[in-house]
Amino acid sequence: MNVRKNPLVSLAALGLVGGLALTACSGSSDASGETSDGGASSGGYAELSGNLAGSGASSTQNAQTAWTESFMGLVQSEGGDLQATYDPTGSGTGREQFLSGQVQFAGSDAALTEEGLASSTEQCNGEQAIDVPVYVSPIAVVFNLEGVDDLNLSPEVIGGIFAGDITNWNDPKIAADNPDADLPDLAIVPVHRSDDSGTTENFTEYLSETAPDAWTEGPVETWPIEGGQSGDGTSGMISTVEGGNGTIGYADASQAGNLGIAAVKVGDSFVEYSADAAAKAVDVSPRAEGREDDDIVFDLDRTTTEEGVYPIVLVSYLVLCGSYADAAQGDAVKAYASYITSQEGQQVAADNAGSAPLTEELSDEAQKAIDGITVG
Amino acid sequence: MSTTEVTPDTHEGSSVSLQSSRRRLGDSVFSALSVGSGLLIFVTLALVAIFLTTESMPAVMESREATGSASGFSLLETTLPLVFGTVLAAAIALAIAIPVSIGIALFISHYAPRRLASTLGYLIDLLAAVPSVVYGLWGGLWLVPRLEPLYLFLNQTLGAWPTWPGFVPWVGGDPVIALFAGEPHAPMRNLASAAIVLAVMVLPIITAVAREVFLQTPRLQEEAALALGATRWETIRTVVLPFGRSGVVAASMLGLGRALGETMAVLMILAPGATFSFRILEVGMHQSIAANIASKQAEASGTEMSLLIFTGLVLFVLTFLINAVARWIVARSGVKS
Repeated sequence: MNVRKNPLVSLAALGLVGGLALTACSGSSDASGETSDGGASSGGYAELSGNLAGSGASSTQNAQTAWTESFMGLVQSEGGDLQATYDPTGSGTGREQFLSGQVQFAGSDAALTEEGLASSTEQCNGEQAIDVPVYVSPIAVVFNLEGVDDLNLSPEVIGGIFAGDITNWNDPKIAADNPDADLPDLAIVPVHRSDDSGTTENFTEYLSETAPDAWTEGPVETWPIEGGQSGDGTSGMISTVEGGNGTIGYADASQAGNLGIAAVKVGDSFVEYSADAAAKAVDVSPRAEGREDDDIVFDLDRTTTEEGVYPIVLVSYLVLCGSYADAAQGDAVKAYASYITSQEGQQVAADNAGSAPLTEELSDEAQKAIDGITVG
Repeated sequence: MSTTEVTPDTHEGSSVSLQSSRRRLGDSVFSALSVGSGLLIFVTLALVAIFLTTESMPAVMESREATGSASGFSLLETTLPLVFGTVLAAAIALAIAIPVSIGIALFISHYAPRRLASTLGYLIDLLAAVPSVVYGLWGGLWLVPRLEPLYLFLNQTLGAWPTWPGFVPWVGGDPVIALFAGEPHAPMRNLASAAIVLAVMVLPIITAVAREVFLQTPRLQEEAALALGATRWETIRTVVLPFGRSGVVAASMLGLGRALGETMAVLMILAPGATFSFRILEVGMHQSIAANIASKQAEASGTEMSLLIFTGLVLFVLTFLINAVARWIVARSGVKS
């Protein structure tokens, strides 16, 4: 319980909460401490009850569904009675609902802004909200090209293709990176997402940072170029890429199916997508500046040259209150957040949504931040 | 109906007081219920209209048209291409569906043997009950790849031909409307595919209504035509079709209503774009209002959401206008015959 920006507000909160906060805090942190060790064996779930509601990013929908279900199962098996729900309303709406107190936590593809943090004290018992990374999803560059299974692409080439400057598969720029491939004389059909999407935003952010000359549109949520092939949602994207020859698109790696996945140039070598390589992208990235210690936000380093790092990833955050006035609710949120950031919870998401599990260090760090949440 | 039954009752019932008072109780309850149900329609419609108007106000207020500043979004520029795409898709769908529907309806009402006619009628009704998501799946996964050769053929043979001479300066169209021009490439997630699936979806609606109307052609008129030596086709042309014209128009408007508002099928088939292009084979050129709302609303908030609701209001008004026009046409041709 650090005194943050506004000491008066924190003092008021302290006065309101009184000594109860301290006891509740220590009591529940014991419980979540045990769950963090990956134990379904912890005894902290038995007293959980009521409703836990969250909303936000649709990208984490599969993971959140798996988490809420397995978490409710755990709670039930220990005699608790908790209803946890997640409504995939979109990142923006999720943050709005969280800040207005309609939901206890939000899922968001982007961390809360300074403004959001400042206004969060209203709902968060005088404390600021915190962001915790819970979901790392690698975005694969998928392609469908007869006779070509492996493809090496540099950021400049990817940017050129999606900007419409490189239009044929036998372009010398592509051939230079793929000396062994038999590239056909065929038009490239770039496919984008027709809906607004965090995947598009992270993909274009990667392009604009690694290949600013080839991709000049900057990081955008809505595809900026008029016309061209597109699909609605990840499934629409995949079916569009599958439906043509010479198509190339970008999609959540777990959904790539039988499509070819391009290896992306990092430094001097080409990195194939893997869950480990994606998780490393978060590890090599610095923390965003100007934030509290327990507000874990990364400034993703897309331009890293480190070996074995796959830089096109989407990091989704869980937005939580630094303090919950309602003790039952606070305990439920803490237990749930601890569960999903634990190695066990991360594995559940990896199995069900194909995400890359957080590394152990990051998982521990997240755990610490969650333990710091006060309740009561 | 209730009023016609009530009037004789009140005249006669004044002498038989006991019976009539019991009837009056039932009457008043029933009339209250039916009037309430009727009013409910108005209330619902009003609530939807109020919701659309109030929720779209933020977008209207912040738009370039209202503020007069060069920055920010333009209501017209976002809405007009969507209206264009919606109307174009629906128009092509109707152009395909209406002749086929009339053909099926005539076959059922005048050509088919009785047993076949009733089976066919049943199948048509069944087709109308298929959810649009299913049509979308079928269209997107099965139909689109199979339409590819047809599109390429049309593009190569008719692509250079002006299908319709025309110039639409305010929307920036080509000087000549060449529907099949452009460079179509697989997968054919274009307006033509969406329109074909829409046509299949509106087909049963138009057919069902047209069949009923054709069946109501006065038997004597048909027999008179046949007695005068007309062939079956001549009978249909001179008696059945003129009689059923207003019914077919009404049926088409019902179909148009569905085509305009259809969401899932378009969303799953069309690769969208926002232009005023008449090239229906090119992908990424068109989008319909309903599909746009469905695809954008998940991640929209604030003004974006308000803008989507504004496009919803436009669609609401558009369908209203089209229904009004349809009623006017039906009423006018009804007077004539």
